[in-house]
Amino acid sequence: MKNKILPFSLIIIFGIIFFIFYKGLEDSKIYTPDVNTKKEIPVFNAKEFFSGEDVKSSSIFELDKVYLLNIWSSWCVPCRQEHPLLMNLNLENKLNIIGLNYKDNLKNAENFLKELGNPYKEIFIDLDGTIAIEWGAYGVPESFLIYNNEIIKKYIGALNQELLDEINLFLK
Amino acid sequence: MKFIRFILIIIILFPLNNVYAEENDKRNKITKNLRCLICQGQSVYDSDSEFANSLKIVVDKKLQEGLSEDQIYEYFKTKYGEWILYDPGLNKNTYILWLLPILIFLIGGAIIYKSFIVKK
Repeated sequence: MKNKILPFSLIIIFGIIFFIFYKGLEDSKIYTPDVNTKKEIPVFNAKEFFSGEDVKSSSIFELDKVYLLNIWSSWCVPCRQEHPLLMNLNLENKLNIIGLNYKDNLKNAENFLKELGNPYKEIFIDLDGTIAIEWGAYGVPESFLIYNNEIIKKYIGALNQELLDEINLFLK
Repeated sequence: MKFIRFILIIIILFPLNNVYAEENDKRNKITKNLRCLICQGQSVYDSDSEFANSLKIVVDKKLQEGLSEDQIYEYFKTKYGEWILYDPGLNKNTYILWLLPILIFLIGGAIIYKSFIVKK
């Protein structure tokens, strides 16, 4: 009897380990950020892009309105690509687009807007990238769809027509 | 005389240096335990990416605000999820990870006890 306990428990232990490792294989090892969780928008103070005045975030986002916060920079190539889409989105006027200028040279940023147009209702400056961290952002470009002071969805990377259709669907 | 002055300067500067180092140590410890989410296999401490540099500034700010280490981890966890921590806490997704070694140790111990010590 005693001789049987050892191999028997060994088999069980190895069985458990095998099962756990096998389960582990099924999980994706590629990190995918959570884009769908509803989170309250962060509270922050920032400087306004054109006037340089300090603004509180609570005075920008009103309840019952849909906002798109877009993090952009003049040095970011994908931002340049998505900019015409933002201009189009702005024309439909149901959505307030708020810009967050990320780690940028202000002169370059102004030239960028002069060249490609300004779709933003308001723009804030984030010189050291800390406000983007408050939002849980990874880099530029990144957009947050906001309704009732909650982040409905997060778009990491440049927007494309497909995502724009999704946003439009939400607006309806 | 010169020598005494030199010693005095060292004595005065030494504790200040220590205070600065302590805060730096804490910051380094925290950033080493934060994963740089846009880099591959690097901590925030190791990385020089835009994301990591901003994160270091935020850690400094939070330390100055007087937040404890755990509070800072909690803050980043709410922003980016558990994945940002290299040292995950005990929860329903990680309990196997934490309990398995103890379990194996106990079962192994029981086997050794049964087959060698009880035999005698």
